Amino acid sequence: MSIYNVFDIAASGMKAQSVRLTTTASNMSNANVISGSQEAAYKPKYPVFSSVLAELNDTEFGKQPGVKVDGIYQSNLPAIKRYQPSHPLANKEGYVFTPNVNMVEEMTNMMSASKAYRMNVEILSTTKELMAQTLQLGKS
Amino acid sequence: MIDFDKVLGFHAQALKMRGERSEVLANNLANVDTPGFKARDLDFKEAMQRFNGELTAMSGDKPNHISSQNDPFGMMSIKFRPTLESSLDGNNVDKDIETVAFSKNTFDYQTSLTYLNGTISGLRKAIKGE
Repeated sequence: MSIYNVFDIAASGMKAQSVRLTTTASNMSNANVISGSQEAAYKPKYPVFSSVLAELNDTEFGKQPGVKVDGIYQSNLPAIKRYQPSHPLANKEGYVFTPNVNMVEEMTNMMSASKAYRMNVEILSTTKELMAQTLQLGKS
Repeated sequence: MIDFDKVLGFHAQALKMRGERSEVLANNLANVDTPGFKARDLDFKEAMQRFNGELTAMSGDKPNHISSQNDPFGMMSIKFRPTLESSLDGNNVDKDIETVAFSKNTFDYQTSLTYLNGTISGLRKAIKGE
């Protein structure tokens, strides 16, 4: 356990948050993709984080702390059904399906993720500064 | 003969402890969105008490005794930070508390560094006889 590990921890945080940003970007860019059936419609995706620490017992604390992406789950909300018989993709009854993407939710997710990412970068640069000063110890 | 452990003493240990604390705090901030994660922190007071206790315990020992005080924080207890609220997913990391604690810890680290620098340059002057 040492201050060097801070680099790994901050990097794991940045990695996790960038996965979150990626899924948000994917959800938002696919928000208007229209499809002809409930199954083919895009489902919003969200990552789930877990602490690396949780898998270690107490005596092993500090070996490799940080955060990791456990997996990405798909929202099970049904796609929004719209009556649009003129649409080329419309099914027999004249319905098309748009993904159930909540823009407000996505935007707040994006803000939260970018803020957390920035925080990790801040930690990284502060620690870098500290290490540089420590290396200069006793030279003045 | 100068005993460097005694000269640098407290601040050398404090520097190490601050470094370890920065790791715990960085871990809290990295897990700011992890469901069920609970914020942790090192107890500086307890660490120092342990450190002082070991110092007095060692004082009566033989001069060639290998000191165990080099690593008084290895067995440091890491405690959960008591917070007033936690979010729906059970995470109780407070970004503000952690960021402030991290900045304060950085400042304390630099304080110890400055002190050590001063001590070392003082020793150097004494050795050179300036």
